[in-house]
Amino acid sequence: MNDQLDQRVARFLTDHDPRTTDPGEFLRARYDAGLAWVHFPIGHGGLGLEQAHQAGVDRMFERAGAPDNKPRVNPIGLGMAAPTILAFGTEEQKDRFLRPLWTAEEVWCQLFSEPGAGSDLANVATRAVRDGTDWVVNGQKVWTSGAHNARFGILLARTDSELPKHRGLTYFVCDMTTPGVEVRPLRQITGEAEFNEVFLTDVRIPDEHRLGGVGEGWKVANATLNSERVSIGKSADRESGLVGVVARTWRERPDLRTPELHDRLLRLWIDSEVTRLAGTRLRQKLAQGQPGPEGSAMKLGFARIAQQLSGFELELLGEEGLRYSDWTMVRPGHVDFNGRDAGYRYLRAKGNSIEGGTSEILRNIVAERVLGLPAEHRTDKDIPWKESAK
Amino acid sequence: MSDLDLLYSDIEDDLRASVRDLLADRCDPDAITRLYDGDRSVVDVLWKSLTEIGMAGLLVPENRGGQGASSREVAVVLEELGRAVAPVPFLTSAVIATTLLLESESNLLALVASGDRTAALLLPWSMSPDGEIPAFDLVGESIHGTATSVAGAIEADVLLAPVRTASGLAIYAVEAAGASLDPVVSLDMTRELADVSLNHARGELVMADAESAVRRALDAGAALLASEQLGVARWCLETTVAYVKERKQFGRPVGGFQALKHRLADLYTRVETACAAARHATAALSDHDPDTSAAASIAQAFNAEVSVHAAEEAVQLHAGIGMTWEHPAHLYLKRAKASQIALGTPGRHRARLAPLIGLPS
Ligand SMILES: Cc1cc2nc3c(=O)[nH]c(=O)nc-3n(C[C@H](O)[C@H](O)[C@H](O)COP(=O)(O)OP(=O)(O)OC[C@H]3O[C@@H](n4cnc5c(N)ncnc54)[C@H](O)[C@@H]3O)c2cc1C
Repeated sequence: MNDQLDQRVARFLTDHDPRTTDPGEFLRARYDAGLAWVHFPIGHGGLGLEQAHQAGVDRMFERAGAPDNKPRVNPIGLGMAAPTILAFGTEEQKDRFLRPLWTAEEVWCQLFSEPGAGSDLANVATRAVRDGTDWVVNGQKVWTSGAHNARFGILLARTDSELPKHRGLTYFVCDMTTPGVEVRPLRQITGEAEFNEVFLTDVRIPDEHRLGGVGEGWKVANATLNSERVSIGKSADRESGLVGVVARTWRERPDLRTPELHDRLLRLWIDSEVTRLAGTRLRQKLAQGQPGPEGSAMKLGFARIAQQLSGFELELLGEEGLRYSDWTMVRPGHVDFNGRDAGYRYLRAKGNSIEGGTSEILRNIVAERVLGLPAEHRTDKDIPWKESAK
Repeated sequence: MSDLDLLYSDIEDDLRASVRDLLADRCDPDAITRLYDGDRSVVDVLWKSLTEIGMAGLLVPENRGGQGASSREVAVVLEELGRAVAPVPFLTSAVIATTLLLESESNLLALVASGDRTAALLLPWSMSPDGEIPAFDLVGESIHGTATSVAGAIEADVLLAPVRTASGLAIYAVEAAGASLDPVVSLDMTRELADVSLNHARGELVMADAESAVRRALDAGAALLASEQLGVARWCLETTVAYVKERKQFGRPVGGFQALKHRLADLYTRVETACAAARHATAALSDHDPDTSAAASIAQAFNAEVSVHAAEEAVQLHAGIGMTWEHPAHLYLKRAKASQIALGTPGRHRARLAPLIGLPS
């Protein structure tokens, strides 16, 4: 990290002692000082520097015991909404949304998937019809993580069904407190309801909350999805993920060990370690400004490892693996893999190869965009959306 | 814990380009196929041109006659040698024997670094860094015994023999001319093996208490073999991707079938991961990180399998043509499979890793 930036952070920490400053106030001040995300422009939480400096800044704040901005509670806001707003938002939109987003005073959700449009996201049917300076939105979204805690949602809706499917979409910011937005818990495989169904009935969205041009929704959504796939989080230490939980059990419970499990554990340990290293390498590349589509490959790897490890953990536990902690329906604020039992981890990890694009779709992306293999034949590309098979 | 640098530097990229050029010029698949048919001339010519550009002395400091590079550069050279399945004694002489000699005072090091002489450590190629070291016997002043399946021995001028002495394991240098070499037909003819017998041979003591130095040399070999395996895997992936884009069946390129696209996407993911594993082992070795043995075993356990997987996919997806002698895919499969056994199998490396990371059986 460069010295000037170093000093800037040090000075900030002297002026705002994390031990005595109110956490909310601290975070707002950090944003105003341009130390939230250094690669963002001045005035929007940044200093217009290279992203490579961010890790050093974060480390200094962490060491000083600064409050965090709840990245676990607001991953969609930080990882997806923010870069999209930065790229496509007007100055007014950036002023309105970015600061409370970064401080987690306003949490975001993603209103993309619908019952009829998951992998084929360009097929969304939720309609937005212009009415004066507003848009009137009707439709249904589904599997919306954290919608119950969210103040805003990034929303993909159809504004023209006469055009082919990719061209009739528009991207909005939906205020979740608007009348007509109804969030219903959708209980999932683990028993809890981390995601929701969202019903939109005559929801009025002012035109100022449109991100990008009318009909440009697909382009904006793709920017969001690209950000999603590269936001692989911070550099992780060895054994910091699921593998650490399993390794600890192995160390503490000699009674569970068998030779066959031993070799499998070592394979999984090595797989996790090399996948972690590949993530670190990708981050080092990104910090040097060599971004690539490799993020999709990494997500594939991480999902596979999480599923194999969590499956292994249940077998290792044997009889204990037969027992589940709690099927009570709760609506958690975030996913806590390590805070619950092995059965929960096993079931929740199944989502890793579905959320944010299924592993099949990611393989298509790697095959077509990284390896340059021929694209799938698309029958619905040039016909009006309303005439295409759904 | 600060992260080791897993990227390639500009210097490494330049080195890669020059080695790749040289190999494209001197080591095409046809030449190697001739080697399989018994024409060994390609080996000498190629090794000579590599030593002429200083490759034999990369790891050796300048004041001892070498290039003063680090294992990072060596790893990049190995990636290229793997890519070309080059039949040269680089790993055996310029990496393993050299790492051992670096810990001695012997002036043999300078000769090996210059490429004037080529050395080989007399141990089975399957020997893992934690294996029991089969040693020669010392009878009076002369050395006795046999080492089986030694790689690099056929090309070597000097043989480094581990010898059991009253005070432990020693290393003696023996002139190849004074040994009896029995070449074996190797699964991987691009890295030929020989059984080497020493019969009342005379040798020069290179290092007395040598056991841990031998293990470090094998560790360096294992850590860096991962980069060679990466090179093999990369060639297989790239060649296969190019082929399935061209090859048509059912009226379209077979690479458009999703079943193949997904397999290749998975292979790509594993090859990228193998790259991180190889870079990590290399960086640990070059920084003298205390984690070096673990890093070497992690990389060996993973990359050996990725390289075999890539070569097996290459043969399968080239199908009929992939099974032919003319197509180079078999050269890569043989190298990959033999390298999976070399310097310790993946299972052996997993077992070695277990206590190092606190996961006992
Ligand atoms: C835990 C969790 C959280 C989620 N959170 C959100 C959220 O916050 N916001 C949001 O908008 N969405 C969210 N989703 C939805 C998620 O993005 C979709 O579930 C996902 O994109 C897949 O869509 P689908 O469920 O409709 O499956 P489908 O698209 O119906 O797929 C069914 C199967 O067919 C396969 N398939 C589909 N097309 C192809 C193809 N071309 N080639 C090969 N195979 C194919 C799929 O891989 C899958 O196996 C979440 C999902 C989960 C599990």
